[in-house]
Amino acid sequence: MADETLFEFLHMEIVSHVYKEQQSGKEVMDNKDRAASVSVLEGMGFRVGQGLIERLTKDSPSFKDELDIMKFVCKDFWTKVFRRQVDNLRTNHQGTYVLQDNKFALLTQLSSGKQYLDQAPKYLAFSCGVVRGALSNLGLDSVVTAEVAVMPSCKFQVVIQKL
Amino acid sequence: MSRQSNRTTDSKKMNSELFTLTYGALVTQLCKDYENDEEVNKQLDKMGYNIGVRLIEDFLARSNIGRCQDFRETADVIAKVAFKMYLGITPSVTNWSPAGDEFSLILENNPLVDFVELPDNHSTLIYSNLLCGVLRGALEMVQMAVDVRFVQDTLRGDNVTEIRMKFIKRIEENLPAGDE
Repeated sequence: MADETLFEFLHMEIVSHVYKEQQSGKEVMDNKDRAASVSVLEGMGFRVGQGLIERLTKDSPSFKDELDIMKFVCKDFWTKVFRRQVDNLRTNHQGTYVLQDNKFALLTQLSSGKQYLDQAPKYLAFSCGVVRGALSNLGLDSVVTAEVAVMPSCKFQVVIQKL
Repeated sequence: MSRQSNRTTDSKKMNSELFTLTYGALVTQLCKDYENDEEVNKQLDKMGYNIGVRLIEDFLARSNIGRCQDFRETADVIAKVAFKMYLGITPSVTNWSPAGDEFSLILENNPLVDFVELPDNHSTLIYSNLLCGVLRGALEMVQMAVDVRFVQDTLRGDNVTEIRMKFIKRIEENLPAGDE
């Protein structure tokens, strides 16, 4: 079974590769490149999230409601993918959820504190995609963004899109 | 409920799936970005190399293995310790060349290719080529220049996956220029 460090190394290399590709020879990365990189990483995460949730829930009964789904994501899904549960789930009961993970698995090796805060978004794009992909296969269309105030604590904001 | 039991084995399996699915997403993305399989193979090798030069430190820190005396010992460490630690499999070491500088790793199953099928238009794609780069990069950091390539691949219809490793030369340590 693949070791978790392998995934961490692979993820870091993927982020590095995507950013290098988007910048392709230019001196400085502009905002368009940055947005494109985030988009590519998020897209990759989306497919991975879909696959993961399929494997995880293939034998489970269906969920009662949206909140039930979000609780599942915060507990079972987060444990399986990020090796811990979400520390805090908040909602306005109108489709917006904030998932707070105080020791986010993909940030713990980067720094603890405020150093490299500007680099954090690069390393969260993929994970946002994973969450969005998982929700998508559970029947929820969403927009997922992440923000970091102090590493490795991270807040994922999920806004469920109503049709 | 069945979810509660086998928590640890499930979470290890999930980590494996996370890695396998992410690797698949990477290869898919590279195939989209580059026109031909050769280019994708090259990129996978390059990325593998970048991972390998860092992975070796993690490996040495966790395995407590001392310096290998010769290439045979290196082969054993790679197969029995490294592959076991990172991918949970133990390939067999076979087909030694008479000079003792070349051998094969035979993988009965390759975790990278779980759930993977190659479409017909990618017959020259070496899906797991990242592994070659990782091995090459890692060994370079311990002063060994090696050539690593796939000679058999279950994804392309072979019975087993075979990686051939050849020792090229010892890399002399480049000490930084001193004051004197």
